[in-house]
Amino acid sequence: MADLGRAALFVSLGLAVYATVVGAWAARTHKRRLSDSAGNALLAALGSTAVAAAVLLSALLRHDFSFAYVAQHTSTELPTGYSISAFWGGQEGSLLLWLLVLTAYASAAVLINRRRAPDLVAWSVPVLGAVAVFFAFMLVAVSSPFETQTAPIEGAGLNPSLQNPYMLAHPPLLYLGYVGLTVPFAFGMGALLAGRTDERWIVATRRWTLVAWTALGVGQLLGAHWAYVEVGWGGYYAWDPVENAALMPWLAATAFLHSVMIQEKRGMLKVWNVLLVILAFCLSLFGTFLTRSGVVNSIHSFTESPLGPWFLGFICVVTAGSLALVFWRLPLLRTKTRLESLVSREAAFLYNNLLLVALCLTILWGVAFPMLSELVRGETRTVGRPYYDFFLRTFGLPLLLLMGIGPLIAWRRASLRSLGRMFVWPAGIAVAVGVVLLALGAGSSTPGLVAYTFSAFVLATIVLEFVRGTRAVGSFTQLVGRNRRRYGGYIVHASVVLLALGVAGSGAYGSTAERKLSPGQSLSVAGYTLTYRSLSQQRGANHIALRAAVDVSRGDKLVARVQPGKNRYFAEQQVSNEMAIHTDWLRAEDVDVIADQINPGGAIYFKVLVKPLVNLIWVAGLVFLAGALVALWPDAREQRRLAARYALAEA
Amino acid sequence: MTVALVLAALVATAAVLLVAVPFLREPAPNEDTLPEPKDSGKRALAHAEERDRALSALKELEFDHRTGKLSDADYRELVGAYRRRAAAALQGIEPAK
Repeated sequence: MADLGRAALFVSLGLAVYATVVGAWAARTHKRRLSDSAGNALLAALGSTAVAAAVLLSALLRHDFSFAYVAQHTSTELPTGYSISAFWGGQEGSLLLWLLVLTAYASAAVLINRRRAPDLVAWSVPVLGAVAVFFAFMLVAVSSPFETQTAPIEGAGLNPSLQNPYMLAHPPLLYLGYVGLTVPFAFGMGALLAGRTDERWIVATRRWTLVAWTALGVGQLLGAHWAYVEVGWGGYYAWDPVENAALMPWLAATAFLHSVMIQEKRGMLKVWNVLLVILAFCLSLFGTFLTRSGVVNSIHSFTESPLGPWFLGFICVVTAGSLALVFWRLPLLRTKTRLESLVSREAAFLYNNLLLVALCLTILWGVAFPMLSELVRGETRTVGRPYYDFFLRTFGLPLLLLMGIGPLIAWRRASLRSLGRMFVWPAGIAVAVGVVLLALGAGSSTPGLVAYTFSAFVLATIVLEFVRGTRAVGSFTQLVGRNRRRYGGYIVHASVVLLALGVAGSGAYGSTAERKLSPGQSLSVAGYTLTYRSLSQQRGANHIALRAAVDVSRGDKLVARVQPGKNRYFAEQQVSNEMAIHTDWLRAEDVDVIADQINPGGAIYFKVLVKPLVNLIWVAGLVFLAGALVALWPDAREQRRLAARYALAEA
Repeated sequence: MTVALVLAALVATAAVLLVAVPFLREPAPNEDTLPEPKDSGKRALAHAEERDRALSALKELEFDHRTGKLSDADYRELVGAYRRRAAAALQGIEPAK
């Protein structure tokens, strides 16, 4: 069946080349049937790529070790769920997933828009096709998942860190996000190629961007929770280059989703929006390059591969080509509209954009610097947590504050008196919260105190916005229904506040204790006493589990018994750290217990972390998803208005 | 091997058929050109976008005024300007049509 997989990928490559070459020719010569045919090539590429994916999935489920990929990433003892997740557990499978998701997105975008905006789709098809050509070529010529071999008796298994239920959701969501950013990029480039600088490409791709952005956001939070419960170090985000690789395009897409509103409402920032779309797409490619090239020494870069130069070359071509296109169309993109006041909603959006892009580029520099240093000077340098934390505070705290300020300012301009009236309640609440927290001892961390105070300000602003809006409109449901994007956005802002509270609480006000304990001995941290009782051993499906029984008490009261330990995996011959977590809902904090070193005699070196408010980070994920869904929900009135607008142009 | 090749040939044939559908379905179309907006259409679209922006701005001004974000003086001044802008855009659409 490997032959079928290989052949299907060849067909995908041929179809992608057809979509690119014939699609570009059709768009240039205005041939409608040829253009439709090129669009259909993308639909057919989805079909052939799905066949290739089905072949690989079938081999994974059958443990067919004659496929080198299957032998490298599964074993007969690997549970079925993880055998499925091994699809994207390695480089070749990940690339196949990229191509599958890309052709699915491209097909949906073509089907939805080919009748609404045929001239725009005509130029977008070759761009989508060109991206598909690159990934199909990689799969056919550089990194095929269908390499065969004499089947060994047993496979190497899946890396133990990847044997977690989150493996079934986190990578596919990130790919939905990364790849989804291709659609706004293709339509943006298509609009430039067609010489169409009106808002149609933005209207056509707004929801695609929101979907990709939501998937990236939720995917990252799932990844953070995965790291928290599985990796066994008590943290959730390590500023690992591969983690940053997902954060950067998300930040660029966040900036785009804000600035695109300025273009829609004021006709401004056309060049900036196109640049943001290019940045987001290039960063999504860069993210895949980081994850899959093995260029960065990171927990995620499990394999060194020959992909690096190809990816780097493609990123350079895409960046240079799209910037040249923007430069070519610059005269069409210039607008006469100017900002009316530096104190206005649109100005706040602009400041927000500058901060988001500054944060994104700072992270990019932190990721790229070690590589450049090694390349230029031959020295291996690392950029650590202090660098990122410094810039997160420098750009993140003003961003948090702006989330509260922006909604209080009117569009176009605001008088000082109106500003004063709008700010008095949120500012008063924020100051009161700050003073109370200071009295309670939160002054031990200035960034933590500032984050809490700003968060109170933003939350007060959001609540007031809903209250004032409901009063003005007369109904809460009408208020949200008439402007889903604005109020969905406010819900997303609330999720960012929860995230900020969780990060500040767990980071700035956490406690740690480490000690070697023998059975019967205890250690104390942040009011908790942990007593090590015993060590036991159990056999799992594909591993041996060593577990320590630890009683967690507060005062005289036993609150929980947790079981931290280690798993020893047979096939993979690796050991994983299995952290135990006790969540104290009343005190809104987690007690994380790590059995760091287990000695043969039974003594264990324990590490215990108490993390206040850390669970708000996961709650933030749910609120974020709810806000994104509100913003994504179709608005029939807006669709009618847009249909009338474009019918007018066609008439 | 043989089964795989047959299946691969089926996949390739299906792909070719799908790509050829636009030519198979329309044997002799009189009009085989992509609809390219004329200059008048582009102007109408620009005016329609400007009209929608002005109307949306008027709604926002009203909303911001009712929620207290915009003073009476600013509201009066801005609402007049945007009404004129909306009217100009509407006038622009008519000749373009």
